Amino acid sequence: MSATHASAGTLGDAAPYEDGVIRKFVLAAVFWGIVGFLVGDFIAWQLAFPALNLDLEWTTFGRLRPVHTSGVIFAFGGCVLMGTSFYVVQRTTRASLFGGSGFATFIFWSWQAMIVAAALSYVLGGTQGREYAEPEWWLDLWVTVNWVCYLIAFAGTIMKRKEPHIYVANWFYMAFILTIAMLHLGNNLTVPAVLFGADEWWKSYSLFAGVQDAMTQWWYGHNAVGFYLTAGFLAIMYYFVPKRAGRPVYSYRLSIVHFWALIFLYIWAGPHHLHYTALPDWAQTLGMTFSIMLWMPSWGGMINGLMTLSGAWDKLRTDPVMRFLVSSVAFYGMSTFEGPMMSIKAVNSLSHYTDWTVGHVHSGALGWVAFVSFGALYYLVPKLWGRNEVYSLKLVSLHFWVSTVGVVLYITAMWISGIMQGLMWRAYDSLGFLQYSFIETVEAMHPYYVIRALGGALFVVGGLIMAYNFYKTIKGDVAEEAIRPVTAGAR
Amino acid sequence: MLETLVNEVLRPLWGLWLMVLFLGIVFWAYRPKNKDRFESYADIPLRDDEDKER
Repeated sequence: MSATHASAGTLGDAAPYEDGVIRKFVLAAVFWGIVGFLVGDFIAWQLAFPALNLDLEWTTFGRLRPVHTSGVIFAFGGCVLMGTSFYVVQRTTRASLFGGSGFATFIFWSWQAMIVAAALSYVLGGTQGREYAEPEWWLDLWVTVNWVCYLIAFAGTIMKRKEPHIYVANWFYMAFILTIAMLHLGNNLTVPAVLFGADEWWKSYSLFAGVQDAMTQWWYGHNAVGFYLTAGFLAIMYYFVPKRAGRPVYSYRLSIVHFWALIFLYIWAGPHHLHYTALPDWAQTLGMTFSIMLWMPSWGGMINGLMTLSGAWDKLRTDPVMRFLVSSVAFYGMSTFEGPMMSIKAVNSLSHYTDWTVGHVHSGALGWVAFVSFGALYYLVPKLWGRNEVYSLKLVSLHFWVSTVGVVLYITAMWISGIMQGLMWRAYDSLGFLQYSFIETVEAMHPYYVIRALGGALFVVGGLIMAYNFYKTIKGDVAEEAIRPVTAGAR
Repeated sequence: MLETLVNEVLRPLWGLWLMVLFLGIVFWAYRPKNKDRFESYADIPLRDDEDKER
């Protein structure tokens, strides 16, 4: 195709890719990652030792938790997604970023300022009380403008592509951007209270009430998982795993089926968050059924990611960046197996409202989302700053093992704690009285909360190791161990 | 007439129509005729230019 045959002479007319903004997004992702992990670990310690709430309204768990979730999802995850999408879309369409440097820089700084404003508003008590959609109406409008600009930059680049076919990673990015736009607008339909005579200009109330409101929230909440934390990061998988392995994706046709299966099914799975509530039974069953069917894209994606390595499994041993990417796909397979299982009503009656859910979310968030992001960042930093490789692959390996131990501690502690909690809640004695008081279940969970917080601390340490490695890479240093040629696999 | 068709046949069976559409996509993706073309797209990221558009 055109790209294969482009001669050196044609390069003179071509614009360079817009990489400055990607460098900014990469650095911001590392910064917000560490901040988000730190806040998360702090609130984990708060659960183990409530005195850490410090008796101040600004530092209570209830206000810091959205700082953590928004910090890791929208700040860390958002910067990773925007940065990698701008990198991938330019290179797979062979077109420079639509709107150019100025527009991209505006998108970057607007997003950063929005994050800071949102975090401040949570600490000061402003929230819609909707999980993962805490920002109030005036922040929602800001996000909307920001998101439309992002869509214009991304879709505009695709529209001026020089590669005739749109590579599958871009489909996933596009599905992520469009669906998040729809979810954001749908779930944030609120009425500012000031219109009805309230004094606080920043406060709003949802347009919906009762179970319709709950269903709208979980239509949003679950698809934020499906299209932000899954589709968006699958786009990363479909570009960075083949690039790092130096081999094409295992099956492009499977990637087409993977994409459409995910798109068709995910949007219906939200009701599984409302089992045994006022939501009509048929809607609960619908949500459960579609959740189970999600095993299909789950396995499709996992097979495609893992089998890309077939014939090059040695890279798993020799290249720690590859190890991050491949482990993330394994975690993706594991947590997207666990999720549909937990959506089965009988299982959900045990797992819902317990720590099992929290453990499940983090096996996806830490094991899949963060690991695939780390893999992509380790790939990107040397490329973007013109180095052959990161400062030290040994430190990458150290980061991998420290974080993996952290994730395993986290997940196993929450499995035990959650299942125990669920069993204690439903236990009753021979006279039909509940066997345990609520505080007894809380006491029983304490040791697991400490283990979870230790796991989280390891994850923070891993993030710091990565930041140091990037600092040295960007400075231009090369570690002793990297001076001798390492492997054939690492270019 | 058309309203009856939409309300009594098309709308209640939405799941079936979506399934048919999806199976059509699977058929299209795995049709032997399309194999070489689709699999050639997998090379797109591997033959990119690291720095410039083309």
